[in-house]
Amino acid sequence: MKALSDRLRGVPVRPVLKDDRNPGMPLDLDVIRGLRVNRSAVERRAATIPTRRTVKKEWQAAWLLRAITCMDLTTLQGDDTPGNVLRLCAKARRPLRPDLIDALGVGHLDIKVGAVCVYHALVPTAVAALEGSGIPVAAVSTGFPAGLSPFAQRLEEVQASVAAGAQEIDIVITRAHVLTGDWPALYVEVRAFRDACGRAHMKAILGTGDLATLTNVACASMVAMMAGADFIKTSTGKEPVNAVLPVGVVMARMIREYEMRTGAAIGFKPAGGIRAAKQALDWLILMKEELGDRWLKPALFRLGASALLTDIERQLEHFVTGRYAAAHRHPMV
Amino acid sequence: MATVAKLFETMEYGPAPESDAPALEWIKQHDSGGGGGGGGGRFGHFINGGWAAPAEGQYFETINPATKAVLAKVAQGSKADVDAAVTAAHAAAPGWAALTPHARARYLYALAREVQRHSRLLAVLESLDNGKPIRETRDLDIPLVARHFYHHAGWAQLRDSEFPGYVPVGVVGQIIPWNFPLLMVAWKVAPALAAANTVILKPAEFTPLTALCFAEIAQAAGLPPGVFNVVTGDGATGKALVEHPDVQKIAFTGSTEVGRIIRKATAGSGKKLTLELGGKSPFIVFEDADLDSVVEGVVDAIWFNQGQVCCAGSRLLVQEGVADRLTQKLRARMEKLRVGSPLDKAVDMGAIVAPVQLERIRGLVERGVEEGAKMWQPSWACPTEGYFYPPTLFTDVSPAATIAQVEIFGPVLVSMTFRTPKEAVELANNTPYGLAASVWTENINLALDVAPKLKAGVVWINSTNLFDAAAGFGGYRESGFGREGGREGMWEYLKSGEEGRGKGEGYTATTPAPAIRGTLPASPVPLPPIDRTYKLFIGGKQARPDQGYSRTIVGSDGRVLGEVAEGNRKDVRNAVEAAHAADGWGRSSGHLRAQVLYFIAENLATRAEEFAARVGREEVETSVARLFTYAAWADKWDGAVHHTPIRGVTLAMNEPVGVLGIAAPDDFPLLGFVSLVAPAVALGNTVIVVPSEPHPLAATEFYTVLETSDVPDGVINVITGAKDALAKVLAEHDDVDGMWYFGNAAGVKAVELASAANMKRTWASARSRDWLDPRQGEGREFLRRASEVKNIWIPYGE
Repeated sequence: MKALSDRLRGVPVRPVLKDDRNPGMPLDLDVIRGLRVNRSAVERRAATIPTRRTVKKEWQAAWLLRAITCMDLTTLQGDDTPGNVLRLCAKARRPLRPDLIDALGVGHLDIKVGAVCVYHALVPTAVAALEGSGIPVAAVSTGFPAGLSPFAQRLEEVQASVAAGAQEIDIVITRAHVLTGDWPALYVEVRAFRDACGRAHMKAILGTGDLATLTNVACASMVAMMAGADFIKTSTGKEPVNAVLPVGVVMARMIREYEMRTGAAIGFKPAGGIRAAKQALDWLILMKEELGDRWLKPALFRLGASALLTDIERQLEHFVTGRYAAAHRHPMV
Repeated sequence: MATVAKLFETMEYGPAPESDAPALEWIKQHDSGGGGGGGGGRFGHFINGGWAAPAEGQYFETINPATKAVLAKVAQGSKADVDAAVTAAHAAAPGWAALTPHARARYLYALAREVQRHSRLLAVLESLDNGKPIRETRDLDIPLVARHFYHHAGWAQLRDSEFPGYVPVGVVGQIIPWNFPLLMVAWKVAPALAAANTVILKPAEFTPLTALCFAEIAQAAGLPPGVFNVVTGDGATGKALVEHPDVQKIAFTGSTEVGRIIRKATAGSGKKLTLELGGKSPFIVFEDADLDSVVEGVVDAIWFNQGQVCCAGSRLLVQEGVADRLTQKLRARMEKLRVGSPLDKAVDMGAIVAPVQLERIRGLVERGVEEGAKMWQPSWACPTEGYFYPPTLFTDVSPAATIAQVEIFGPVLVSMTFRTPKEAVELANNTPYGLAASVWTENINLALDVAPKLKAGVVWINSTNLFDAAAGFGGYRESGFGREGGREGMWEYLKSGEEGRGKGEGYTATTPAPAIRGTLPASPVPLPPIDRTYKLFIGGKQARPDQGYSRTIVGSDGRVLGEVAEGNRKDVRNAVEAAHAADGWGRSSGHLRAQVLYFIAENLATRAEEFAARVGREEVETSVARLFTYAAWADKWDGAVHHTPIRGVTLAMNEPVGVLGIAAPDDFPLLGFVSLVAPAVALGNTVIVVPSEPHPLAATEFYTVLETSDVPDGVINVITGAKDALAKVLAEHDDVDGMWYFGNAAGVKAVELASAANMKRTWASARSRDWLDPRQGEGREFLRRASEVKNIWIPYGE
């Protein structure tokens, strides 16, 4: 693997931390300006990702289990209360009915979700509920979803969530920086968020549904990674268009490009609108094809979802019993 | 059985097989004439609406190339079988043509719907017989087949209103290849039936099954007996069809080698011919392209259908600065390609169609390595039980290498670099072929500058292998001629109702040229006329003939009218070079060409009296009018924007054919000459004209009109002499792109035969025309002959 491109040789880069954090790199505007994305070609590629590959039977069951482990089980509603967050956390610990776990023969795998994702106010509830489970709590932050509150407040919000026990912070970028092409401003902002995160891993939500073009998606992805994002994430779930495969193709390719330049592997999280088990498989296939098997694990891949889990449970039950399943026979999220 | 827990760790792809049971059952149900062998079915020909056992009782096997299992036995078509099918098609033709367009549209619509209803059976059958992945047959071949019949149901409906004055060609023989067996059925049959022809189809011997299944579909759709017939067999069957005297048109898709044989076999037969042949299509990557998308484009270009695609982007031309990066990305992508059972829904590539093809690929790859190119294949291995070949990339390939020139027709990509857009175009065009090209750049100025410069019938911008019924497909140069799809494709199955009027077939000109009347005013002192020397007209200059011979031209009254130069091969050679040197004419604006044509007309009119003395007033006046007609057309022969199902535009651009040889009719010494030269040059061609052999003086005088009319040097060249001999030299010339010949039957045959050398498009006729009649002497037919349609696909979106 090439550590650095020729262009970056000699440029000081922060050392890779023990926990595989993204060290980031200085903003390189030549790289940003050199990015090219052809939307029609990307859409053709995205369209064939679900048609070129498929998994069936045992393979499908295994892949769906993997999808569960990569899931950021999420609730981000105005009416969230400790009550529903507790329920979510309970589900996070036991995402599958025990009889299905047994039938699949995967009891020893200790299947649980990748993280639980909530607003700051619910972080303490979630942290308490998940204690000892090994499941991290992720907090959406920085004025989620629009990200337009005062900058100092956004930094404070990150610090407060980390202090409250969140191990992962999903920040939102200022979309205006992208739409105006102000890459230095975006870089400075994300860098500051990253510094505020401290030991917590940072996922940068690009709000791709607001970014207008795939070229903007590519540029924003690259700047966020240069600024130290550990994950890049498609959407808040609140934009009119959320996680869609063409956007995923572009972001995955940028991750590949960044890794080629720096050697750092950045995670990817699609979020918003992922409700069906088939969609989860499509995203896994996209990861495997565009990036490789390392991106099929929670360290580098997360699916932001909530209703998705129920559909995966139904599909797994169908695999076990041969009968089509009903949602109400699975404990609700 | 792998356990879920283990698969959870490995996260590999498992098998995802499509069942072959329904397709095998369908095969089994068929048995023409008792006792199907080998557990598989046995198929006869489909003639006159029903199955017919082969007259000679011979069958051959068709296999599944992924397993080598025999799928079925299929009838070997003999002359007698072809005869029977042609007879049926002939009998059906009048009734089919007599139906209303709406009635034919209903049949085509029914075919489209039937194909959709049986789509999975057809997809599986195609995959079994050909070895291509089920994903492709399911998602591409079969949907395109249905789309083709839908689209042509529309042309059937609109035939009379959109093609007034045109009639079906008649009985059509269609010979199709094995790489897209059913899609080629659709491409051939849909326009033929829409135009009201009747059809005898000969599918490829490796892949006859879907065509036979389609025959059943036609039966179910209620197509009248004899309208569509299938005769299966090998090359001998195809030969019998090509040579059958009662077939009025041959449409062939396949290799250039066989295309050339067919061109020769049909020469002088009067059969209409379209050929869609091989290619070595360039895939051009400029440094500002989206390289990751380029990689997927390459996958779609050369690893689609195992590279067994006539328009496969098999020559990767990369701008030097990004070549290494692209190679690196390509290799990484190739590692991830999956080759395996074609019925597995998660493979990228299936099996090569037959052992002979696999051997060809292997042999050419070995040759490539021997010649010093760097070969790379992914680390994984192909299945060993069937005929598989891995994706292969050659770098450090020189244009002189065999693998850079020869069509491999397999999953083998050769890569070369270029420095500038100009060099990219030169490399792209450095091939006898001209089927397709793909151009990758994010700079629209560059893309749209390069596309017209490419010698290719189809150009895809930032895309590749896009097909649709609404867009024409077909080649330049030795990739064949004619178009399939769209309005341009419909013309190939129609002929002018004016054909067959005129003065009758086999007519040879005997029209006497009028004697010179009153050329010399009475002089008080009788003087001998001033001697006049007619030379050749080459490169804008009057040139003495190479050999220094002249021929005497005698009038109808036996008087010697003059002497003209006796042109020979070398004069033709010089004229062709001059015509090429004038290629800027093709890039000039229609407005400029119109001005030149008007100016020619003006100068001819000024000398009308003098020309009238030679050929009569009517011919001169009509010639002036005709020049006006094509001056009018010069800036109006618009292309089209086709309605293809992409977000983008598909431009059908009319381009000049290039350098045209023209052998003018012997009658109408001036008007015949003008009627052919004017449309040719109006659309930007440069021409070498052999005027009327017995009456060349109007043409030799006419070049002095050209000299005064601002015609750029080399655009129109005139060579007098023995017409048929000169026409043959022109037809044989590899650097002449097209040849028009109006003369006798022997000359037609000679021209068509000779044209096979470089597959130049010919328009050769021994049928006389009344050139004075604008319905016969001018119009769109001439313009279509003078142009090639290039379809440029431009997807967009940011």
